Amino acid sequence: MTLVAEPKLEKAEAASLRTERIVELVQRQGALAVLAIVLVVGLVAYDDFRSFDNAGTILVSAAPAALIALGMTFVIITGGIDLSVGSLYVLGGVLAAWASQYGIAAAFAVPLAVCGLFGLVQGLVIAYARLAPFIVTLAGLLGARGLMLALSDEGGTTYLVDPGAFKDFGKGELLGVKYAVYLVAVLFVVGMVTLYRTRFGQSVYAIGGSEDAARLMGVRIRGTQIRVYVLSGLLAGLAGSINAARLGSGVTVLGTGMELDAIAAVVVGGTLLTGGAGTLGGTIAGVLLLQVIQNLINQDGGVSSAWQTVISGTFIALVVVAQTYLAKLRRVASG
Amino acid sequence: MSASDAPLLEVVGVSKQFPGVRALDDVSFTLRAGEVHALVGENGAGKSTLIKVLTGVYQPDGGDLRHLGKPVTFNGPLDAQAAGISTIYQEVNLVPLMSVARNLFLGREPRNRFGLVDVARMNREAAEILAGYGITSDVRRPLGLMALGAQQMVALARAVMVDARVVVMDEPTSSLEPREVETLFGVIQRLHERGVGIIYVSHRLDELYRICDAVTILRDGKLVHTGLIKDLDRLQLVSHMLGRPMSDVRKAGFTSFGGEHSAAGGKPVLRCADLNSRHKLTGISFEVLPGEVVGLGGLLGAGRSETIKAVAGALPLDSGTVEVDGTTLRRPNPVAALKAGIAVQPEDRKAEGLALGLSIRENIALAVLPRLSTAGVVSERKIDKIVETFISRLRIKASGPHQRVGDLSGGNQQKVLLARLLATGPKVLLLDEPTRGIDVGAKAEVQALIDELAAEGLGVVLVSSDAEELVEGSDRVVVLRDGAVAGELRGDEVTTEHLMNVIATAAS
Repeated sequence: MTLVAEPKLEKAEAASLRTERIVELVQRQGALAVLAIVLVVGLVAYDDFRSFDNAGTILVSAAPAALIALGMTFVIITGGIDLSVGSLYVLGGVLAAWASQYGIAAAFAVPLAVCGLFGLVQGLVIAYARLAPFIVTLAGLLGARGLMLALSDEGGTTYLVDPGAFKDFGKGELLGVKYAVYLVAVLFVVGMVTLYRTRFGQSVYAIGGSEDAARLMGVRIRGTQIRVYVLSGLLAGLAGSINAARLGSGVTVLGTGMELDAIAAVVVGGTLLTGGAGTLGGTIAGVLLLQVIQNLINQDGGVSSAWQTVISGTFIALVVVAQTYLAKLRRVASG
Repeated sequence: MSASDAPLLEVVGVSKQFPGVRALDDVSFTLRAGEVHALVGENGAGKSTLIKVLTGVYQPDGGDLRHLGKPVTFNGPLDAQAAGISTIYQEVNLVPLMSVARNLFLGREPRNRFGLVDVARMNREAAEILAGYGITSDVRRPLGLMALGAQQMVALARAVMVDARVVVMDEPTSSLEPREVETLFGVIQRLHERGVGIIYVSHRLDELYRICDAVTILRDGKLVHTGLIKDLDRLQLVSHMLGRPMSDVRKAGFTSFGGEHSAAGGKPVLRCADLNSRHKLTGISFEVLPGEVVGLGGLLGAGRSETIKAVAGALPLDSGTVEVDGTTLRRPNPVAALKAGIAVQPEDRKAEGLALGLSIRENIALAVLPRLSTAGVVSERKIDKIVETFISRLRIKASGPHQRVGDLSGGNQQKVLLARLLATGPKVLLLDEPTRGIDVGAKAEVQALIDELAAEGLGVVLVSSDAEELVEGSDRVVVLRDGAVAGELRGDEVTTEHLMNVIATAAS
């Protein structure tokens, strides 16, 4: 495919090929392209947006959402969905704040164990009872929320994070960037290697692409399904931990609807809701895009939080419509 | 081959029962090393079930499965694959969204020393392997962007790239171009020389006689013949498949069809000219006079159902015209065909024809609503009248017009479907397997009904796998083979014997 070395190619043909490539790039990296545009607009329009501190704020507030979206990407590529992650995220935060009295290890381990167990049970039910992931994880959402309310006396008790290593982790910075951001970055790299370069990752794509074909090709369907829901649960728990460390307490009201934000980020990032295709790079771009939009609206200051949500929603719709349109263009161009 | 050589794969007395159907009944089958073994039979003969037993998808209810002489149990496709049995399914069973290379290597990707998939090596090896199959496209592109034949080649490459000892091919040529078929035969030849056993399912007799050593014929879940293919001529093979001993072929007494219809002559009510559809139909032409029943004969996969679909506007055509009563359909599609007067009874009445949850009245009314409504308002009285007429005319046995169609017997369901077709006031009736799955008595009634309808001046096109029904129900039979017209039987030639002769004779 050497475009330059084809002087005989008709001009129109070359142009259409080039268009096709650009369209393909934009479509594949659509979220990234829109992110770049939004960043440029922000940099030009708002002085405060330009500061290094603000960049740090965006990254650290995106960290929990990024972790949840990381797990969600795996789940959605298998053709599933995980609605329980918002509740697990809050539950994880409450558990982390409570467990912080026993040290930093407990503050990470307890939420991971509990949320991982939630994921395991959901994965087992989905794989063996063959129930729809939507229903199973909706039940998980309710169960985890109930458990969280029970632990916090229906929101009456707020566990504060004990001063110590865990709280220091939440406040700690390296080169002006919070530890949590590094943790998320490392986990995304591990996630990419897992998704693109391991047999497990191949199975994830194969199941979402065609479960029947995957079965006939000898892919272990159940094992893969169980693992992605465990992974999603673990990451939601971890997201709860790092958020508790940052805020200094297990907040019970945040996190409602977090699962939908994560799904939105994944879809905006170009992953197909029907499964079989998607990238973690796209997910990062999707998460950052939503966070930057939020940040920009805050910069403006004149918009009430209710309208902020409306604007975010509109923006997501626009991005997805644009992607669909570009995908069609590409099909026309290549077919 | 010495006597001590155990067969690669052997099933002895295997049975498999499904609710209401005995899919396999005491079937034995032996595959030896280096043998290309044809597995043939009409639809529902049990070929697919046998394949699924051999490849671990189904577990047999009875009988033994032996691999290299030792009894084995396959609990799933993985077990069979571990034993060196690879399968190429009729529909391409790969993942279209994944790259060609990843499809080829799924589950056995080359890995580097860190245990990670070595993508560069995988792509390089995939390109090398596929070049041997005449595929030179970019292996990093999604499989779904390749042509169907190329996808089939990837599936083939995948099936044989590990040391497969048995390769099962289920109608591998159905979506291949002639050039690709040659490539496939080349691969089969190589496998044959390597001592791999091949089970080859196909309806194309030319192919079977060209590449197969042995043949096993199934019918209605039972083994009817097994042996070397050179000991069996085409006519014998077809007669085994259709279950009509040649000596036993008689003209009368098997079905309830009356004699021939005095075709009123005059202008054809249906005329198809040079219908072409890639991989499916080649230059199909025939015409039907009013009051005439024209049968479409041929084996499964010869293009009978495809022809029906093409006439009904449900199969996209590359070229060709369909003419009803002298008027050419401009843009063939199901709605235009229906408007022009073509009524179709699809092969699978449950999936494509009837709403089983609704009543007889509702099912019939569905078809006539467009004609009966005035400005969107439907006259209930008119519907009642039409429904009553059809119930008595077609002798539908039901407790009343409000009985659920799903509760009726198969024969009566078929009559409701016919009523629906007739209610649209058609000029041409296309019937695809009108008596499949209904009992003997109802069969006779449906057959008699078809006779009556033709006598009333309708043009009827009849497809039936039952050679007897086809021959006795039709005034003429157009015989199809490999998607093209292979011959036509008229007058005295309309016998099962002639039919088999035409089916069995090679086109060349």
